[in-house]
Amino acid sequence: MAVEPSRSTTNGQRASLGNVVSTLVGSKMFPLPQQPAMGFFTDTSLCIGCKACEVACKQWNQLPAEEPGWTGSSYDNTGQLSAITWRHVQFIEHIGRRDNGQNGQHGLRSDSQAHIDQAKGEGLIPLISPGTALPFFNTDRWLMQSDVCKHCANAPCQEACPTGAIIRTECDTVYVQQDICNGCGYCVVACPFGVIARDERGDHRAHKCTLCYDRLKDGMEPACAKACPTDSIRFGEVEQLKARARERLGMLHERGVHEARLYGVDDNILEGGLHAFFLLLDEPEVYNLPENPQRPSDTVVPASLWTVVAAMLLGLFGVLFFRE
Amino acid sequence: MNSDAILIMGSNMAEAHPVAFANVVKAKEQGTKVMHVDPHYSRTSALANLYVPTRAGSDIVFLGAIIRHVLETNSYFHDYVVHYTNAATLVGEDFKDTEELDGLFSGYDPDSETYTDQNSWDYQRDKDGRPLSDPTLQHPRCVLQMMRRHFARYTPEMVENVCGVPRESWLQVAQTLVENAGRERTSAICYAVGWTQQSKGVQIIRAAAILQLLLGNIGRPGGGIMALRGHASIQGSTDVPTLYDLLAGYMPQPSALLTPVPAAEQSPGATTWGEQRDAPSNVLSQQTLQEYIDSSGQKLGWWSNTPAYMRSLLQAWYGDAANEEDGNCCYRWIPKIIGDHSHLTTSYAMLDGTVKGYLLFGQNPAAGSTHSTMQRKALEQLDWMVVRDLYEVESAAFWYRKPGFGPETEPVDSSKIKTEIFLLPAAASTEKEGSFTNTQRLLQWRDKAVDPPGDARSDLWFVYHLGKRLKELYAASKEGREQGLQALTWEYDMEKPEEGSRITDEPDALLILKEINGYYTRAPDQHGADGNQQQSYTLRNAPHVPSFTVLKGDGSTACGSWIYSGVYPEPGRNRAASRNPEGRLFLEWGFAWPANRRILYNRASADPQGRPWSERKKYIWWDEAEKKWTGYDIPDFPVSKSPDFRPEPGAVGMDAHSGTDPFIMKPDGKGWLFAPKGLKDGPLPTHYEAAESPMQNALYHQQSNPAAKYFRDRPDNRLSPVGDPNYPIVITTYRLTEHHVSGPMTRWMPWLNALQPSLFAEISPELAAERMIRHGDWVIISTPRGEIEARAMATRRMRPLYLGKRVVHQIGLPFHWGFQGKSTGSITNDLAHMVLEPNVSIEEAKAFTCNIRPGRMP
Repeated sequence: MAVEPSRSTTNGQRASLGNVVSTLVGSKMFPLPQQPAMGFFTDTSLCIGCKACEVACKQWNQLPAEEPGWTGSSYDNTGQLSAITWRHVQFIEHIGRRDNGQNGQHGLRSDSQAHIDQAKGEGLIPLISPGTALPFFNTDRWLMQSDVCKHCANAPCQEACPTGAIIRTECDTVYVQQDICNGCGYCVVACPFGVIARDERGDHRAHKCTLCYDRLKDGMEPACAKACPTDSIRFGEVEQLKARARERLGMLHERGVHEARLYGVDDNILEGGLHAFFLLLDEPEVYNLPENPQRPSDTVVPASLWTVVAAMLLGLFGVLFFRE
Repeated sequence: MNSDAILIMGSNMAEAHPVAFANVVKAKEQGTKVMHVDPHYSRTSALANLYVPTRAGSDIVFLGAIIRHVLETNSYFHDYVVHYTNAATLVGEDFKDTEELDGLFSGYDPDSETYTDQNSWDYQRDKDGRPLSDPTLQHPRCVLQMMRRHFARYTPEMVENVCGVPRESWLQVAQTLVENAGRERTSAICYAVGWTQQSKGVQIIRAAAILQLLLGNIGRPGGGIMALRGHASIQGSTDVPTLYDLLAGYMPQPSALLTPVPAAEQSPGATTWGEQRDAPSNVLSQQTLQEYIDSSGQKLGWWSNTPAYMRSLLQAWYGDAANEEDGNCCYRWIPKIIGDHSHLTTSYAMLDGTVKGYLLFGQNPAAGSTHSTMQRKALEQLDWMVVRDLYEVESAAFWYRKPGFGPETEPVDSSKIKTEIFLLPAAASTEKEGSFTNTQRLLQWRDKAVDPPGDARSDLWFVYHLGKRLKELYAASKEGREQGLQALTWEYDMEKPEEGSRITDEPDALLILKEINGYYTRAPDQHGADGNQQQSYTLRNAPHVPSFTVLKGDGSTACGSWIYSGVYPEPGRNRAASRNPEGRLFLEWGFAWPANRRILYNRASADPQGRPWSERKKYIWWDEAEKKWTGYDIPDFPVSKSPDFRPEPGAVGMDAHSGTDPFIMKPDGKGWLFAPKGLKDGPLPTHYEAAESPMQNALYHQQSNPAAKYFRDRPDNRLSPVGDPNYPIVITTYRLTEHHVSGPMTRWMPWLNALQPSLFAEISPELAAERMIRHGDWVIISTPRGEIEARAMATRRMRPLYLGKRVVHQIGLPFHWGFQGKSTGSITNDLAHMVLEPNVSIEEAKAFTCNIRPGRMP
């Protein structure tokens, strides 16, 4: 059987996944046991921004530190997920102008507001709050989110990989085989979340979260989930985690946290959903997550069709033209 | 987890104690209301249900106003307050409150700046010395009425004008606490160094204690005050302890400062063994063991056991030598304190050249202690210094480097520094065995995972072998002062070296735990029989004592720290190492001193008749059928003392307490709303401004704590005057999750440095705009002690406060950086001053004043 390392592994064909993987790695290895899909549920409403996940990930996977640089973007100094940062905690400041009691009457606030407006005009202080695309003074929240590879059910990176280096493991996670990756970087542009990256300072290959494949094989949970003190990061079977996420959302809505929403739980996101999904407290864009992530290959068929149509039209036009 | 509301104040719990805070998050998920009152919006605030910004240094006004609110609206827990606190007790007629003396209590001596005469703070007593009380709480001299008057000026208007907290926000906190108190509900208060590191820190905690007593939140599940400690096992270091003024188990260190008086006749009215109530309590001698017990042990309540605990401690330290010396039991060998020997005052003693040597165990005063410029100068005056640490920290490198600005630090002229420095590598926590005691008094045993690298050794190894060498050195000495060292029991060698370890001379940590736990020096079953016939034991072969209740004052038991007794009750059973995560209270997870009791004073969880206050808050109760106290925890009360027990006149010890006196450590068995003794700055909390403050004290003429230690004669310790326009901004310091204290363990770690690579100052956009500071640019922060540079973080998380008609800006600064390590930066503590709290000699690093301007240091 020819290996089809991508779209063939949709939800309906999950059961045959183990076979696919064992076929993929050849007959030299024994067939891997069937396992349920494993993933993360990251509940940002419990995150205290301690970054223990980020450090635990670095430590377990022995990843080098990012070049230290103070960004001023709230408490986030590592910026984004990269080839050497597989968990990354975002900080989004939504601190509103609290109505300071009766202080409006002091006339001080408008003064200082004028100061601020002037300072903004002169570019002294940022027009927008650090780390987000929203206005500086909003409601009163400091959002924290531990970002990670989404382990998409239908992963665009895997689809884009020309060498078959990116595979799905028996736990249905997306895994980059370092000995096969040739560092072409197709996966980097294919990922709609900006997760996977090439290690430009190191081996020039593509790297990202492995969902601690080595720990999973020994029956341990991934390092980040293990380190999380508040269980904001939960690891488990995707279906169970999804049920838990929906339950949690219902509870939060019941408590009046109406801005809570799930991201990546529904199957309609990238046709199959994400295996690492989130509970967010605002629009996905606030967390630098695309509302509607696009798969590059989605444009292949329409583009090809239009090419064919264009070619046919041109041909037709040529035939008609030269008939004259 | 059992709290219905949690007030976090003076603490950045989520960042400095993330693992403890995980329980707050869990509680919040179950419906607990979490409130955070703090000058700086931190990750703790982000998770709280309610965040209230306040001015650093104004905590007593905030809490005092809640106390007033509780008293004025009569929303205190009446039955609890009447029976379990000293609310009904009458205070002496001589006592004068701050209301009468404009910010001072009676007994203040302006020359020495101390309360030299605290006798007027005592209760009114009958002819037998028993405190008088009025259970109707109506008597004008009863504590509750005194408090009504004392707190009358702590109004919501004061909260607005002094704390800068809008009345509505304050009232939300007050009401939440009131609503979550009483029979059915409880609240907890969590604090950390945000309270303690102030010139009135102890009184802020007292204010919280008063509030918790009024609301009935002490000794009950979900109640209490949680002191979040700053480092791993800081709780342990006060228990065992490393403090200069305490012996093991919170017995005071003998003092030479007390002047001898003729032995006071013992009277039942005395609050201590020897003290007569008409004799000034501070005019006593501690030259002999008997004098020590007379002056520090209480005759009433649990501390009446002091003779047994002290005797067992001497037995543990001096072994048989303690028996030979009749009566005094080698007590004379224990050094007597002759002044304030705390860390910070000792730094001045080094600067003056009176202290010549220094041993640093994981301490980094050159960057981590207050007024660190002075600290570094003090180190230069030493003859020698030993630094034991994981890396070459600032304190070990000050002789060739100093804080510089920019990437390279400036060189130092080393030829001018005479200090001889020994830098010895220390083992990390995973490389040694031992116990940690954390915030809730829980001892947890840590196993050793690997050998330490190279010459690195555990602190235990170092102290043990240092002691052995010193003993060897002085073995032949005939000097009297060496006798204590010669007699000291100091044999903790392992019977056989640890398997697989290349270190063969590591001492036996379990053997030391056994000494701390306590053991029988004579066979317990023959105890009391003819002394000559008894078998005597050594530490190695002695039977363990099961708990401190069997400790005796006759030398038949030895115990290194009575409160830890029971942690190792029999061979092979180290309860600190027990890791069974089951049960309602996890009683088999670690060992909580004393006696594995998880909540202190838990008799208060039942009503005066011994029934639970409510089914929901059931914890300890009186079992009438069995005639004993029972419940989920270990009762903190004599197990068979019935709730209707009433003491005989003249009874002493625990028999002096009735069946309704839960606070067994106190002579009167009551929770002290009013502290008739024990504090150096007054029996009731009073608001004073910080030593450096932008405003006059709005409540009294007394500006700042009258009993604090100001070191005004020190030219290096310049303070900015009140309202100094040169230093108009309030500054507070704090920690980030990413680093630990001055960074000696974390700034060598690239992963952590990438997470927080630079010192930054958090300022409000308003202040940034006013001072033309660009977000992300460098700023210079200055105080009369020094200047440092940091990156500016303009954030709405810091806000200007509106105090009456004026605006006060605050800035926040982490203090993790120094000139050593892989991430360097200015030392925040260079800005702080040396004004010490009177009771515990702690610095005021959480509220002082500064100025800020854009730019870099030259």
